[in-house]
Amino acid sequence: MTTPIPMLAPRPYRVVHRHAETADTVTLRLAPVGAGLGAWSPGQFTMVYAFGVGEIPVSISGGSGPVIQHTVRAVGAVSRAICDAPVGSVLGLRGPFGQGWPEPPPEGDVIVLAGGIGLAPLRPVILAGLNEPGRLSVLIGARTPADLIFTAEYDRWRAAGARVLVTVDRAAADWTGHVGVVTTLLAQLPAIDVGRPPPTGYVCGPEIMMRLGAEALIAAGVPPERIWVSLERNMRCGIALCGHCQLGPLLVCRDGPVVDAGHAARLLQHREL
Amino acid sequence: MNTTRELIEAHPFLAGLDPSARQRLAGAAHRIHFLPGSAIFAEGGRADRFWLIQDGRVRLDLHLAGTGPVVIETLASGDVLGWSWLFPPYRWQFGAVAVDPTLALELDGPAVRQLCDHDPELGYELMQRFMRVVVHRLQATRIRLLDLYGQP
Amino acid sequence: MTALLRSLEPLVTTLRAEGYTVVGPQERDGAIVLDVIESAAQLPSGWGVVTGPGMYRLRRRADRAVFGHSAGPQAWKRFLHPPRERLWSADRGPDGALTVTEPDDPVPRYAFLGVRACDLRAIAVQDRVLGASPGYAARRRVAFLVAVNCTEPSATCFCVSVGAGPDVEAVETRPDRAPADWALADLALTELAEPGDTEPVYVATALSPAGGRVLARLPQIPAPPDVVAAARAAVAAATDHMGRSLPDVDLRELLAESLDSPHWADVAARCLTCANCTMVCPTCFCTSVTDTTDLTGDHAERWQTWASCFEVDFSYLHGGSVRTSARSRYRQWLTHKLGTWRDQFGESGCVGCGRCIAWCPAGIDITAEVRALAAQGATA
Repeated sequence: MTTPIPMLAPRPYRVVHRHAETADTVTLRLAPVGAGLGAWSPGQFTMVYAFGVGEIPVSISGGSGPVIQHTVRAVGAVSRAICDAPVGSVLGLRGPFGQGWPEPPPEGDVIVLAGGIGLAPLRPVILAGLNEPGRLSVLIGARTPADLIFTAEYDRWRAAGARVLVTVDRAAADWTGHVGVVTTLLAQLPAIDVGRPPPTGYVCGPEIMMRLGAEALIAAGVPPERIWVSLERNMRCGIALCGHCQLGPLLVCRDGPVVDAGHAARLLQHREL
Repeated sequence: MNTTRELIEAHPFLAGLDPSARQRLAGAAHRIHFLPGSAIFAEGGRADRFWLIQDGRVRLDLHLAGTGPVVIETLASGDVLGWSWLFPPYRWQFGAVAVDPTLALELDGPAVRQLCDHDPELGYELMQRFMRVVVHRLQATRIRLLDLYGQP
Repeated sequence: MTALLRSLEPLVTTLRAEGYTVVGPQERDGAIVLDVIESAAQLPSGWGVVTGPGMYRLRRRADRAVFGHSAGPQAWKRFLHPPRERLWSADRGPDGALTVTEPDDPVPRYAFLGVRACDLRAIAVQDRVLGASPGYAARRRVAFLVAVNCTEPSATCFCVSVGAGPDVEAVETRPDRAPADWALADLALTELAEPGDTEPVYVATALSPAGGRVLARLPQIPAPPDVVAAARAAVAAATDHMGRSLPDVDLRELLAESLDSPHWADVAARCLTCANCTMVCPTCFCTSVTDTTDLTGDHAERWQTWASCFEVDFSYLHGGSVRTSARSRYRQWLTHKLGTWRDQFGESGCVGCGRCIAWCPAGIDITAEVRALAAQGATA
């Protein structure tokens, strides 16, 4: 049989750097203690194990060489344990798993639409897109200014030539930037020229935000088959053995998490699927 | 966009109106330009105008005691600024400040209300357009209220 | 080579001598259960069953057949895909170092005695889903399967309409079987029993080299042609006596188009979401994992346990479950089993064994529910 042996046991990774992005979100850089995981592609995830606590799927938000970067939000016991991991502590990683973000075609603009923690799985797409910054627009939405992540990098991306627009749902007193849902940032992009190769959209964030974001991109002229979203479901094994992550015909860990927006919309239109 | 007429022809809010309606509206409108940072209207002020934004950005804000002005929303090209001129007590609920150099069409509130009173068909067309804007803004606001990015 | 065996005792003895743990049916607590046997005398001689929606009763047969029953509460997955399994253990060292150890336990060598066609097909289905899992593959690779042709389907059986029986060799030779480095079954038996106290005889065929080796060690005579013909006729008769059937429609398409059918609410009003169906179903494979530590906090283990899509928190995500209503959870089970399983694994997940019908306390019959959905679709 040529089926690869699925990874059941985590590999030890040491926390070599940590940075608090917001009050509840931390970026960790992890280096393998022994054998590391294989090469990963943007949009893939690993199952991150906090010793004795549990394991959750986390999208890879960056990294180079053997180092893997994860940006984690503390929303439960396991994620909190991961967010609390000090430099020098050891976590377990399994992966990389899943279908990642497809590479943009050689022509056409790239529009990245990110809501909240959704910016983390999109960061590798942005970094790859900086190779051709004139094509790249990054639209970022968050709850409040204090909830924006990777803020130190926005100016770096702008300096490289990408268009980076930021909005919040609720402003603090000292916020002078845009206020409104992230889809309102689309109005600030140049109108899509139907005569030119169409743009490709990458959308990530809460499920409703992804649906509205995809709809807004379609309304602005991006073909639905060129819009990619990242789905999320309860994952236990990450390797299509436990059945938890099903969304209709999809096993999200194996057939996703990235799918095209049309497919996602057809599935998500059914309540409680 | 040099003349009021050109702005009226170009603005998406008025798309689909017949030429005579547009001509009558033109009589109640003029082109206006705001420098960044300039106040367009103040909270509590008399609401007797409204604007169709062609270019630029405007922020709506509200003064909170102890915090100062907090931005409620940012409007941009294609948006309609100002609804309180439609109904008594004709007072602005929020303030509005230009963020960028902003080009807009400013319309005379009472004059447009009179036009609608005399021509119910024009009134219906304008109300439809306003409703679309308001519904769109309400839906977006409701999404923000859902606090989707909040803790589960 | 087709042989005639006058007793199963030499088969059990030979398998045990070769180091197998022989598992077969036994009568216990009012049901036919699967458990380790040391002798053929432990097989349920003369026991049959009566089944129906929400009903399973043993009955005394007029003969001494040991395989004259069906739809018992257990499937062979209990042994190949056990309810609890340790995946690995981890130890934390003084500097926080993490050492993960995968289990090294000896792999049990099971010989399954009495795998009917539906259950054989179910094992093939699970091979395709779980075959990449090291634990499953290790147990499966060394398992010896004695399949049994079914000559007595019960009222809840519908293997014919899903193409899974009752002829074992038809299952064995299905063209769309996923390739594996193990045989599906090793021996095929057809039991022929006469009314009264005479012991049944068994027409036996080897299906694999291992099966041939074992068969060669058993006392036997070549099966006379009339006995072989009687065996074939009995299986053919079984084909015509299925208690139920699934409608002859494209189930995957029907279910994909019925996701919003009002009929789901109808089933939901009856379904208790007790998960019995998933426990007795021979192809259901869902598992969950539990991470535990000991009191020192330095030794942790991950255990894999059976789970069911009927559990309320099966689809837990962000403070709530995606599927909370009974309606959505029943829909998930049925559409997965008969529809989206095909999208995920290339074949149907249902083998027509009828266990879910017999063991549902509300007596829900999936063949009837599918018919209702098809009827709704026709009138929509």
